Parts: sequence; structure tokens; C-alpha cells
Amino acid sequence: MEAAAAGGGCGSGPPPLLLSEGEQQCYSELFARCAGAAGGGPGPGAPEASRVAPGTVTAAAGPVADLFRASQLPAETLHQITELCGAKRVGYFGPTQFYVALKLIAAAQSGLPVRIESIKCELPLPRFMMSKNDGEIRFGNPAELHGTKVQIPYLTTEKNSFKRMDDEDKQQETQSPTMSPLASPPSSPPHYQRVPLSHGYSKLRSSAEQMHPAPYEARQPLVQPEGSSSGGPGTKPLRHQTSLIRSFSVERELQDNSSYLDEPWRITEEQREYYVNQFRSLQPDPSSFISGSVAKNFFTKSKLSIPELSYIWELSDADCDGALTLPEFCAAFHLIVARKNGYPLPEGLPPTLQPEYLQAAFPKPKWDCQLFDSYSESLPANQQPRDLNRMETSVKDTADLPVPTQDVTGDDKQVLKSTVNEALPKDVSEDPATPKDSNSLKARPRSRSYSSTSIEEAMKRGEDPPTPPPRPQKTHSRASSLDLNKVFQPSVPATKSGLLPPPPALPPRPCPSQSEQVLEAELPPQLSRAPSQAAESSPSKKDVPYSQPPSKPIRRKFRPENQATENQEPSTVGSGPASAATVKPHPTVQKQSSKQKKAIQTAIRKNKEANAVLARLNSELQQQLKEVHQERIALENQLEQLRPVTVL
Amino acid sequence: MAVCVAVIAKENYPLYIRSTPTENELKFHYMVHTSLDVVDEKISAMGKALVDQRELYLGLLYPTEDYKVYGYVTNSKVKFVMVVDSSNTALRDNEIRSMFRKLHNSYTDVMCNPFYNPGDRIQSRAFDNMVTSMMIQVC
Repeated sequence: MEAAAAGGGCGSGPPPLLLSEGEQQCYSELFARCAGAAGGGPGPGAPEASRVAPGTVTAAAGPVADLFRASQLPAETLHQITELCGAKRVGYFGPTQFYVALKLIAAAQSGLPVRIESIKCELPLPRFMMSKNDGEIRFGNPAELHGTKVQIPYLTTEKNSFKRMDDEDKQQETQSPTMSPLASPPSSPPHYQRVPLSHGYSKLRSSAEQMHPAPYEARQPLVQPEGSSSGGPGTKPLRHQTSLIRSFSVERELQDNSSYLDEPWRITEEQREYYVNQFRSLQPDPSSFISGSVAKNFFTKSKLSIPELSYIWELSDADCDGALTLPEFCAAFHLIVARKNGYPLPEGLPPTLQPEYLQAAFPKPKWDCQLFDSYSESLPANQQPRDLNRMETSVKDTADLPVPTQDVTGDDKQVLKSTVNEALPKDVSEDPATPKDSNSLKARPRSRSYSSTSIEEAMKRGEDPPTPPPRPQKTHSRASSLDLNKVFQPSVPATKSGLLPPPPALPPRPCPSQSEQVLEAELPPQLSRAPSQAAESSPSKKDVPYSQPPSKPIRRKFRPENQATENQEPSTVGSGPASAATVKPHPTVQKQSSKQKKAIQTAIRKNKEANAVLARLNSELQQQLKEVHQERIALENQLEQLRPVTVL
Repeated sequence: MAVCVAVIAKENYPLYIRSTPTENELKFHYMVHTSLDVVDEKISAMGKALVDQRELYLGLLYPTEDYKVYGYVTNSKVKFVMVVDSSNTALRDNEIRSMFRKLHNSYTDVMCNPFYNPGDRIQSRAFDNMVTSMMIQVC
């Protein structure tokens, strides 16, 4: 009836539909619901009551979007459907478009390609899996669908709405056997969707699924592992965390439809936690405030335009002091998230976002820590499969981030706040994500709401042990660095003998002539001795090796140490191995293979000792440096004190 | 009533200018522009003393037959210029001063916004609202 007439009416639209009686009835009912819901949900109002423009009935984009989402089709399909039905072209969902879209949905659900031709044949009714705030799940009969309550202007938020659709579809995808390779229990969606309220997600499906920034593809691999874990309630906080770990753009998900029903400006518990943790990452003291520049960098990551951010700041900084206290910060964050989800910014700060209200509604959340810890427990196990995906997304996200935003945010780990400060100066150049970052993320399993992973990467890099000190030269000011010389010494003969030159710290690779020396050094007790002890013992044994060929294997180990500590010329060492080689060619050859391993072990030990020594050295030098700095500062102070007297 | 309100930066380019659209706005822009000379003159006259002593409110810059132009300079050499309808004779100096004070306060609020770069045009809605209220209220 309507469809045919409407179809005939718009000649330039999609081809006229021929609907069966059942279809017509269904579709008109659905349309009425969607259109009726557009009026703000005033009960089952007649479609006339919700006419947007006289003479035309349009279904609001929000309810339509939700309806499509409930059809459990993938995002791309829904996109295609929308395009095909002409809603994009005309900008609204008129009856024709709506019916065509429904028909296409039915076609898609039946497995037919989304084409106009598909709808020409007889199709079953489209199936919509309902998921609403009320948690009722309706299967099969679309006539039972409720209109959704999202009041989002279609045009401006088309992308967002479809993103949400996509997210939810992906979420649902994982459960619908036809769509997803994952074998999630089909009962999970209802459970999943019902749970949100109990978990504080007002819309879990949207919250958890809104992990997608613009590129859906990046999320696809993510959603699947996440979808698989979506079965249980225990994983919801997990998902929450992983979503938190996304880049800043992900935060949309949290707000999204949080009070969706009547007030998008109400902050839920979860969001509150998230905001507070973000706040903590920027400013350890929850009762203090964030300075303007810090907040600016943080919010700039949200990729909203500067004028919008400026306006949000205006709204949220109630006392106009250029700094954000915790409630102001939450309000600002909330507004940003809302804006990213497509809500137009309000003219004035909504009452639920007023600082007084926020402070009253949410007492200082000391419990955040515990909650987060409890979340984090479930995290580590699931971190790994996500790391790579996270990396990919983080790469994409960080690529968008302006460089100066590096120095703040992103690191929401409370424990690591202090390290953030240290890492800040090292951050700037470290934008792109690397596999190291995933490891670093793994290393910090706490529920980190990563507004951007770049900061953690940078931080982690900054926290990594500094590059090992350069291989010290042979001559060293520290006399105790026997290890170095001992380490070097073997390498010298190696080079002398024309073998491959090993790095200075490593003993030479075993070779027929060298192996002896290395083998000699293998005795663990002696090697583990302090270099000084080796030095002491070496002089005593110095003469022994030469006089006692049979005991050379044991004694000779001291020879390298000997010569190292005394800085003897390499020539003596060179002569040593040469003589050793000539004297005992045969027995050593037999022992070589077995002793090579030991040689390597000793080499390792030597390296460790060398490292220890170098580390000690490093720390001592650092201290000296500090002292020198302090002296310098003192001198400068003195200079300044003296200077005014001279300059005027 | 304030017919036109303008905020001029230190380098004498406008950060914000708004007039009631009763007639050709260009005329007001021109008046503001010419008044800058007067402002500079007043500043330089006082400039011999230390900056602290300089008063922010400059007073009547110059009257025309239809309008009066008032000026105000901040310590950072940002100038506020207000064009007032001469027909409204009830306007006293105090009121003008208070209007400038409000302007100054709003301006500092705009400055506090970290997303505002000094030197940009002022696009703050709060500022707009305040100016609107001023333009309406005083009449």
C-alpha cells in the first residue's frame, strides 16, 4: 500500500517495491515505530504525531540505525543497504527508503547479495535481534521491535551512527553463526546486552563495541578476539579495559549512549572511573587540578577541532581559572566523548555536568584503585592476543596524533605516574608503535586506559635501561677493572692470530690455538673470584705455567688475567698461545669440543662481570656528574649574586 | 547603548569586532580604526611614566555628532574600543567603565582557555554572549 505508492511516487529513487501483505504490515509497523520513536518516545504515538515535515513521514536516523543494527548484519552490508535504498541520497529515511532497506536487510539475512535485484523476489521477513535498555530480547518478529531512543540527527551523525551500528554488528557478528567464524555462544548477546546496566555500562554493546575509530578494518581483528571473550560478564570489564587501552578516540564508546534514554550528559559510574583514572594519569593528586597546557595536549588527542575544544573548555572550566579540577575535567571529558559520538555541544553546561553536581554525585573515588586492580587481574591473560592488534590500531592512531601531545596523557597507569615524568622528556621522538610497545603493554597489565599508546611506548622506551655503556677502552682509570682487561686480553691474541676479531668484551671464539687459553679460564671457582683476587693469584702462578706444561690447562687461565692486570704486552700473550699450541696440540684437540661449551660459559660469566663493573663505573660517574652539576649551580648562583653589583 | 564593540590586539589588528547591524557596519569599522590613532596618542602621552601608573580606562576618545567613542587599554596593550550612540545621554562614565571592566574580565577568561592562541580571533561563545548582553542592555 504505502510502499507501492511511495515507490511509485519517487521515480528517481529505488525501483518500486512489491511487498506482500505480511511484509507490508511488518514494514509499516516498523516504520511507524521508528518514526514514532523520533518524537522522543511519547508512547506508541501515531506516525502523524512525529511527522518531521508536513506531508512527509520520515523515520529518525537513530531508531533506524538501531533497527538496522539489530538485524545483525555487518557494517558494510548496512552501508550498502543505506546507499541502495536511497536514504543517503535524500538524507532521510522516507517510507520508500525504509521499506527498501528492510527488504534489503531481509535479502542480506537470507544470504543474498545486497542488490536491488535481490529484493524483487520473495523474501522472508527480516529478522531483528532486539537489544534495548530494557534488556528485552525479541527474536524474529520485527513487529515487536521497540523504537530506539537515540536522538541523533541523521545527517550529521551518519558516520557515527553507522559506526555504532558496525560496532554492535561486529559484536553481534561474533555471535551470529552465519557471520562470524567465532563460536560464541548464541545466548551471549542477550546476556551481554542485558548485563550492561548491572555493570554500569548503560549500553554495553555500544560501550564495548565503540572501540572503533574511523577505520573499521583495524578493528575487525580486534573485535573477533574480543567477541570471543564477550561471553561472560567477567570479560566485560576486560573488554572495557582493552577498549580503554585503545587510543583516545576510543573513549567515545564509553560515553556513547550512557544515558541515552533521556540525558546524554549524565556520567555513569564507569565513565566516571575512566575519567578519574585519566585525571590521575595527568595529575596524581585527585584534589588538585590540571593545568591548561597539560589538559590542552590531552584533549587535543581527541582530534576534535580546536574551536570545539575551546568551546568545551569554556563550558567545563566553570571558574575560568585556566585549570581543571577533577569534576571540571570529568565534565570536559564527558563533553568531548559526547561530541565524538555525535551529540551537538550544548549551549550551556548541563546541570549534570556542573562541578557541584559531579562532586556531590560522585564522592572521591578511592575505590577506583581496587576496581581497577580487580579489572587488571583479568587483563594480563588476555593482553597478549590483543597486543598486535592494539599495536596496529595504535600505530594508526598515533600517526594522527600531533607530536606535542606526546608529553602528556596516554599513560593512565597510576603507578607509572612518576615514570611518566621521567619519560616525558624522552618522549617526543618516539611516536610510532613498535613490537616493543606491545611488550611494554604486556608488562603493565594493569587496566590502563590508554588514551594513546604512544605515550606508553615512549615511556617504556624511556624506562628501558639506557644503552649499555660503550665498550670501554682498554686503558681504564679504574684499576679494579680487571675484568675488562681480562676480557680484552683473550681477544688480543685472537686478533693477533688472525682469527675473527670478537667484540672486545667477548673472549675469542674457540680456535685451536685459542681454545686452550679459554679453556684454561674455565674453572668456575676461579673465574667467579673477584678480579682483584685473580690479580693476586696470577702473579704467583705466572711462572708456573711455563715450568709445568702438564698443568697448563689449569694454570694458564691465570695467564690472561695475569697479563691483563699487569698490562703486559700482547706479545707475551701471543707467545703464550703459540707455545701452548705447539706444546700440546693433541690432547687439547680432544678436549676442545667438550671444553668449548665451558669456554662459552666462562665467556658469559666474564661478560657478566664486565657488565657489573661497567655498571658500577657508570653509577660512580653519574654521581660525579651530579656533583659537578651542583658545583656549577652553586657557582652560577654566586655569579648572579655578584653580578647586580657590577651591572647597572 | 553600545553600538559597536571592538577588541584590538597589540599590533593593531582586530581580534574581535561586532556591531549592531542597524546600519552599515563598515562605518563602525572605520570609526574604530580611526580611533586607534587617538588611543595611541593617549598611551604615548602617559607612557613617560611607568606602566603601573597608566590608567586602563582612557575615557572618551572623540565624539562625533552621532556617536561617542570610548577607549580602554589593558596592560598588554590590547585595546577595547566601544562606540556608543550619542542619543543615549544617560550613559555615565561609570557605566562605561563598568562595561569595560566586564569586557576585560571576559577577555581574560578567553585568555585562560588553553585552546586559545593569543593573537587569534576571539571565537568564544561566552565572550559573544557577554558582548551581546552589553549591546542590548545598555540601550
